[in-house]
Amino acid sequence: MLREIRPAILVLVLLTAITGLAYPLAMTAIAGVIFPKQAQGSLIEKDGKVVGSALIGQEFKEEKYFHGRPSATVAPDPNDSTKTVPAPYNAANSGGSNLGPTSKALNDRVKEDVEKLKAENPTASVPVDLVTTSASGLDPDISPDAALFQVPRVAKARSMSEDAVRELVTQNTQGRFAGVIGEPRVNVLALNLALDAAKAK
Amino acid sequence: MTVIGWIQIILFCAIVIALVKPLGWYMTRVFNGERTFLSPMLRPLERGIYWVGGVDERREQHWLTYTVAMLLFHVGGFALIYGLMRLQAVLPFNPAGQTAVAEDLSFNTAISFITNTNWQNYGGESTLSYLVQMLGLTHQNFLSAATGIALAMALIRGFTRSSMRTVGNFWVDVTRCTLYVLLPICIVYTLFLVWQGMPQTLGAYVDATTLEGGKQTIALGPVASQVAIKMLGTNGGGFFNANAAHPFENPTALSNLVQMISIFALGAALTNVFGRMVGNQRQGWAIFAVMGVLFVAGVAVTYWAEANGTSILHAFDLTGGNMEGKEVRFGIVASSLFAVVTTAASCGAVNAMHDSFTALGGMIPLINMQLGEIIIGGVGAGLYGMLIFVIISIFVAGLMVGRTPEYVGKKIEAREVKMAMLAILVLPLMYLGWTAVGVVLPSAVASMANAGPHGFTEVLYAYTSGTGNNGSAFAGLTGNTLFYNLTLACAMFVGRFFMIVPAMAIAGSLAEKKSHPPSAGTFPTTGGLFVGLVVGVIVIIGGLTFFPALALGPIVEHLAMNANTLF
Repeated sequence: MLREIRPAILVLVLLTAITGLAYPLAMTAIAGVIFPKQAQGSLIEKDGKVVGSALIGQEFKEEKYFHGRPSATVAPDPNDSTKTVPAPYNAANSGGSNLGPTSKALNDRVKEDVEKLKAENPTASVPVDLVTTSASGLDPDISPDAALFQVPRVAKARSMSEDAVRELVTQNTQGRFAGVIGEPRVNVLALNLALDAAKAK
Repeated sequence: MTVIGWIQIILFCAIVIALVKPLGWYMTRVFNGERTFLSPMLRPLERGIYWVGGVDERREQHWLTYTVAMLLFHVGGFALIYGLMRLQAVLPFNPAGQTAVAEDLSFNTAISFITNTNWQNYGGESTLSYLVQMLGLTHQNFLSAATGIALAMALIRGFTRSSMRTVGNFWVDVTRCTLYVLLPICIVYTLFLVWQGMPQTLGAYVDATTLEGGKQTIALGPVASQVAIKMLGTNGGGFFNANAAHPFENPTALSNLVQMISIFALGAALTNVFGRMVGNQRQGWAIFAVMGVLFVAGVAVTYWAEANGTSILHAFDLTGGNMEGKEVRFGIVASSLFAVVTTAASCGAVNAMHDSFTALGGMIPLINMQLGEIIIGGVGAGLYGMLIFVIISIFVAGLMVGRTPEYVGKKIEAREVKMAMLAILVLPLMYLGWTAVGVVLPSAVASMANAGPHGFTEVLYAYTSGTGNNGSAFAGLTGNTLFYNLTLACAMFVGRFFMIVPAMAIAGSLAEKKSHPPSAGTFPTTGGLFVGLVVGVIVIIGGLTFFPALALGPIVEHLAMNANTLF
């Protein structure tokens, strides 16, 4: 049995060097050459400044922008490091609400959000993804229904016609991959950038 | 439930089934030491490792030596991860300036990764440096997976050999698995993932100015290289806190599909390796069929429950299923399917928050783990777990006809059955025992995020996941406390090694026996009757063990939800 000690150390060291250093570093180098944009996080720049990542949702509160889903991410409380405070779309600390199906807290939150949305657009039915938090808290997408639901508000805030805004939503709607896989969706940041660009014209 | 949803599920199953034979063929060649198309490149590297390590690749080991070698290998792995986490502040590749990880969290994480559990009490992007992610976690993702497959090989050799005292060489099995199976697939897979949008960089976190003028710090890192092996090796420990729900860790519906396939690929193919090695591929397909029946049943229930939604959502006329804790790009079906896949295999990656699933939708992942993760299961671990259930089933069949049970030419006798029972009984001892402690101790109760039966389920899920070496969580539970760090580490350790040692004892005892050709009285183990019997034994043993605990958690919660009770 004692002769198993040498391989236990040396085979471990060699395999660790291969899988823990050589492999990730080589992949970093190769990926950086073949897919430089994705490897760096699919960052979007506007006027030379990074405004976000195409894959990471960000918080929108202003009326003139489409809003993403509620986010349950938190950040350490600046006054007490053992506690946390809500920090929606904190891309350095992902996470969900973890509220269960019989949670009173979930019920209260959904109730409040539904009432707000109903006041904003009383005629349409509220899409479920606009009142539920995503798993990562960083969901970049909303459903096409959730985007269309917000069209009247955005059009009014921007003094645009609803048809023009709806047209932008359609342009920014992605279907299922190969028509089968995944769900139709609208990337909120891309849609809002398109809105800003349309205004600039 | 929708037609397009079921088409996605069928597509997933079809791809997995199509991969079983080619992967099984290739892996059989690798573990029989035959030449493969990668040999010209990898053989020199493999020889170099043996030369430095002092391994004689032709010298085989007794099952005890094989097991000791495996355990020593893990002692080293543990020390490495623990040391790296404690020292990360002074080591390179730490652009976010992460400080040393606390002792109990480091201990928990090190145990978690050497046992292939990858339970996340750590926060990923908020806790670990890039060096720890690569050298600590990525490497152990490879090695704990390779260990699982090596052990499955040893058990298979127990069945195929006759009157022999050895079951193979641990160092050779681990090295060949890492070099010929895991690494080549991961290299291609990593590039695919980056193409889909997954970061792979050593650069620091980026500060973005959002359209509304806010500041957003975006965590990055060498994500893709780790995610590839995290999935392929059924490890499941996330680079980010939100795991495969994070858009960087699972950017598109396509990356999601491929990730699910890669969780199942090797485990499914190992059934074929088993069939090939015992000389009849139908033996492998019979085991695969047992797994398939249980899997499809689980998917149907979870998908139905999640698509149905919850009483809270119904009360506000919200349709479209339970989207709390799910991502839009995956929707209900891909989230439900992922949850069943990740717990059927012992992966533990999540693309939705299981804590927010409906009571019944979240119960299926729990049951999958409590059955011992034998539905495909962890790479290697799933096969040896399933073979243990097969031994019990064959024993039951033998009792019914009053004949010494046989399986693929080996007589199953008292020693094998005792060891199989030991492996099966130790799991509930851990998850039921620690759950009982966890729901009584006030400091442990304080960790629950949800009140009522859901809080109980959070604790039960944590210990089940730890014992089963799964690693997924009802993540509301605050696991990063002294109590949970230590007790979960205990559950993970016992769940892994007290399963492995009896399995290896069975391997050793089988290898020493003579093989008998099948006779007219041999119970055929390739037909529907055998599949039905094994499914029945699994459901009965499982049901008797954990039904009372489920009644206190998800079942009562489902009834409460239908009565519109909130906690």
